[in-house]
Amino acid sequence: MNTRGLRSQLKDSVPVTGMGPQVGAYGVQDTLRSGFSSVKNELLPSHVLELSEKNFQLNQDKMNFSTLRNIQGLHAPLKLQMEYRAARQIQRLPFLQSSHLALDTLKGNDESISFEDILNDPAQSEMMGEPHIMVEYKLGMM
Amino acid sequence: MATLSVCQTQLGGFSFENCKRNAVLETEVTKVGCRMPAARKTGTTIVGVVFKDGLVLGADTRATEGMIVADKNCSKIHYISPNIYCCGAGTAADTEMTTQIISSNLELHSLSTGRLPRVATANRMLKQMLFRYQGHIGAALVLGGMDCNGPHLYSIYPHGSTDKLPYVTMGSGSLAAMAVFEDRYKQDMEEEDAKRLVRDAIAAGIFNDLGSGSNIDLCVITKGRVDYLRPHDMANKKGVRTGSYKYKRGTTGVLTKTVTKLDLEVVEETIQTMDTS
Repeated sequence: MNTRGLRSQLKDSVPVTGMGPQVGAYGVQDTLRSGFSSVKNELLPSHVLELSEKNFQLNQDKMNFSTLRNIQGLHAPLKLQMEYRAARQIQRLPFLQSSHLALDTLKGNDESISFEDILNDPAQSEMMGEPHIMVEYKLGMM
Repeated sequence: MATLSVCQTQLGGFSFENCKRNAVLETEVTKVGCRMPAARKTGTTIVGVVFKDGLVLGADTRATEGMIVADKNCSKIHYISPNIYCCGAGTAADTEMTTQIISSNLELHSLSTGRLPRVATANRMLKQMLFRYQGHIGAALVLGGMDCNGPHLYSIYPHGSTDKLPYVTMGSGSLAAMAVFEDRYKQDMEEEDAKRLVRDAIAAGIFNDLGSGSNIDLCVITKGRVDYLRPHDMANKKGVRTGSYKYKRGTTGVLTKTVTKLDLEVVEETIQTMDTS
């Protein structure tokens, strides 16, 4: 993690994504997809770390790509993102566990262990998604 | 029921689902008058000092749970790599898990580079992880080790700040231990002097702080050799009774005596070792 090169990326305000009403196709609450709405549940995160943890990987990638762009030029992050996109396509159907081997190797996650690997392993979760709905959601048909 | 809350696959890592429920439970419980269970902390004295050819890490061995001693002989000096060890103060589970994760990461890293890991690498990994969780992981660490550039000693705070110093103390007994260091620390000490200084600093923490107690553990790290002395010194031994209150044989007169043999046969014999690690 190159923190010195990031000083040029500091902004005064960073938009926070993740919380807020889940709008569906017509701009209203999509009850079928995201259940009943409740202002208290959605407006405030239940823990201080919830938002930052949800977006942690995305923010890391953004930081690394913009530093890489500043150092090596635009081609470097473009090539990397193309490779990530290609690796993300060679996975199983959404309701099955895929190993993400190619993606992990590209990102360098095959040489590190963190809480994502120890706690709450998705391979051990008690619930499986409904296969038809998950595939339709992934293909954008829903 | 929210049918499509499982539209996307679950990710690993921390799950914040129960935080709101816990907050509600806490208010309900305090209304009734009870208290939520407290996490086990290692109210502690941990120290480290650099001497001429290496460094000495020291720790006490008491783990507390509120006002009760949960573990009289816990091990606070954790292994990170063959040449790097780390003492942990704060929430016991947090220090244990954090040091294990960093140890695994360092092992993978050193396999990938083919070299002995450096203390600065461990420090950087710990610092970045603790800052990511904004101090919610309550682990205050004293990290020390010997690498190609000599002996290094770091102190790492729960929010992610670090200090590189020749002598450090952490934990609830850190002030008592630091007083001993400030008085008697000299540069380029011999190994025996360094061990005696660390033992005295931990003893100061043990006797003057309620959160520290029991024995003193030491870890001496030099080039190519690690001495893990557990226990180095038992500062708090359970007292020995001065008088015996048993009656002598013959105090009461014996009137009759009958002996009945009980026929017992040994069916199975198992040995279970206690986990004193």
